[in-house]
Amino acid sequence: MLEIKNLHASINGKEILKGINLTVNAGEIHAIMGPNGSGKSTLSSVLVGNPAFEVTEGEVTFNGKNLLELSPEERSCEGLFLSFQYPVEIPGVSMVNFMRAALNEHRKYNNLPPVSASDFLKLMREKRAIVELDNKLASRSVNEGFSGGEKKRNEIFQMAMLEPKLAILDETDSGLDIDALRVVANGVNKLRTPENAAIVITHYQRLLDYIKPDVVHVLYKGKIVKTAGPELVLELEEKGYDWIKKEMGDE
Amino acid sequence: MNNMKAEQQYIDLFNQYEELICRHASAIQNNPRKQAFTDFRKNGFPKKGSEDYTYTDVAAAFIPDYGFNINRLDIPVNPYEVFHCDVPNLSTSLYFMVNDAFYKKISPKVSLPEGVYTGNLQEFAEKYPEIAAKYYGKAAKSSRDGIIAFNTMFAQDGFVLYVPANTKVERPIQLVNIMRSDVDLLANRRLLIILEENAEAKLLVCDHSIDAVNFLITQVVEIFADEGAYFDYYDLEESSDNTSRFASIHVQQEKASNVVVNGITLTNGFTRNNYYVELNGEYAETSLCGMSILDQKKHLDTYSTITHAVPSCTSNELFKNVLTDSATGAFSGRIHVKEGAQKTVAYQTNRNLLATREARMYSKPQLEIYADDVKCLHGMTTGQLDDNALFYMQSRGIPWEEAKMLLSVAFTADVIANVRLEALKDRLQMLVEKRFRGELATCKGCNICN
Repeated sequence: MLEIKNLHASINGKEILKGINLTVNAGEIHAIMGPNGSGKSTLSSVLVGNPAFEVTEGEVTFNGKNLLELSPEERSCEGLFLSFQYPVEIPGVSMVNFMRAALNEHRKYNNLPPVSASDFLKLMREKRAIVELDNKLASRSVNEGFSGGEKKRNEIFQMAMLEPKLAILDETDSGLDIDALRVVANGVNKLRTPENAAIVITHYQRLLDYIKPDVVHVLYKGKIVKTAGPELVLELEEKGYDWIKKEMGDE
Repeated sequence: MNNMKAEQQYIDLFNQYEELICRHASAIQNNPRKQAFTDFRKNGFPKKGSEDYTYTDVAAAFIPDYGFNINRLDIPVNPYEVFHCDVPNLSTSLYFMVNDAFYKKISPKVSLPEGVYTGNLQEFAEKYPEIAAKYYGKAAKSSRDGIIAFNTMFAQDGFVLYVPANTKVERPIQLVNIMRSDVDLLANRRLLIILEENAEAKLLVCDHSIDAVNFLITQVVEIFADEGAYFDYYDLEESSDNTSRFASIHVQQEKASNVVVNGITLTNGFTRNNYYVELNGEYAETSLCGMSILDQKKHLDTYSTITHAVPSCTSNELFKNVLTDSATGAFSGRIHVKEGAQKTVAYQTNRNLLATREARMYSKPQLEIYADDVKCLHGMTTGQLDDNALFYMQSRGIPWEEAKMLLSVAFTADVIANVRLEALKDRLQMLVEKRFRGELATCKGCNICN
């Protein structure tokens, strides 16, 4: 589904990603772990086309298409989704209008007519239930005045609405208490099918207790330095990232 | 130099045609003419660069030669054919002003509560001579500003809304101003709005220019809200690139009155709007707001003075402008809290979006506070759309252009939210969206109704 080859990217001339190779197949969940500043969020930003980052080398194919040639909105319509680490507040734009606009753009991209008002509201209701998002939040401006936990739930709600082929969860667990974490993780699990895939970016083991990864990668200094099965999560939890640093010959 | 040249031609015109002007107007408008002329000769047009006219050259707009309809010739137009105002959810009592003349062939005849008057100044002055004399020209002093003096010198007709005490006009009243001429034309419009004690009404005024000639408009609106009166004034400008408009709105509020003034500039050429609000009775409340969408070389200069003359009044001021291409905008907002006006609450906000490097916005908040127990806040920002928000929307599949449009509409949402007429609010939301999409037809009919 996703194939990343030798991906290099920089911001303001500073190279952050220094040759990433990664393949994600349908039905798989990949976890990307790593210490602060290793490039985890940069990788997710580059994949969804954040203009702040410049790709200097390498290629990315997504379902056979050259992802790097697509605009952020085209990437979304192709089935890529990012759950933002810091969801953006948009005063004056209601969640309802925002989601309807997004959903209809996806439908247009796939040559489908706009969704009817009643079908849309029904869909909103269904998907809201998945992450236990209050109706009041859904009728407010996008993320405006939402708590940290509500923002993250709102991200998964949007994911449920848009049904992406590949979802990237960028530190979706940060700032969540244990109950919210469970709600968010359950939401992600409910959306899992053999046809879609997810990349879960996190620092900690705790989210991965709920969302079981098939493959675990460690990103360090802009490169994937270790790839293994779920047992790697426990090893990291036990030994800490210092272990990786030592193995790489750093202090 | 410009000023003298511009002024002299109108001084000569007045000297030459004073008798003719008066012959085609009523005594109520003729009486203050001499004084206005004296004031105009003394003060002239406001000078560009003077404190209140830093960014707007008034004289330059008045130098070109415009036609004047001093003889009050009928303009061949049937406004009912040009406009089809039959949208059921915004059913208004509809009136027209063609250039600066009230259109008398009203059909169908509008039924209003007993005692309410809507119509032209002359007839009103005949019916209610004392009331007309008590109010006409009393809020808009010709000594205040050269353009008010100019309008008072030349205005020959006008529209009156009079609501007697304890009367509520349920149905909104709509006045459509149509500029229609085969030659460049100067029009002097006059509106007089009187709400007696506990009276209630809503007035929507729409401006349209249906011909491609140059129009120059002066407009003076006087609003008197007596004790406990409740009034909404919505001013929607949808004129043309070739229209220059110099408007002033004068509001006088008595005790516990509540007035909303909302000025929306959807399409225009060159506009100067002056707002003067005087809160003269305790517990009076005013909400003064407006928004504009300015592109190409369009210009809008908003000037406002809100005077808190007595204690315990509230004013809420909110103006937002979206500028693109090489449009220019100016905002000057003065809040004057007089000595003794304790417990005043006054909020002022001006926010502007600049979509291009060439667009310019000049903003000047001014607070003059001579009381010590007041709550006054003001805020001004000028900037661009939030890149993070744009990207967030794109990442959900919304194209950049569409995201930009949604954010621009969102930017103006709170001004529209101040509209206390649901159907109009919905309609305005749609019009603003259309305007941002560039789909708004200008001068092709009334967008509120079509």
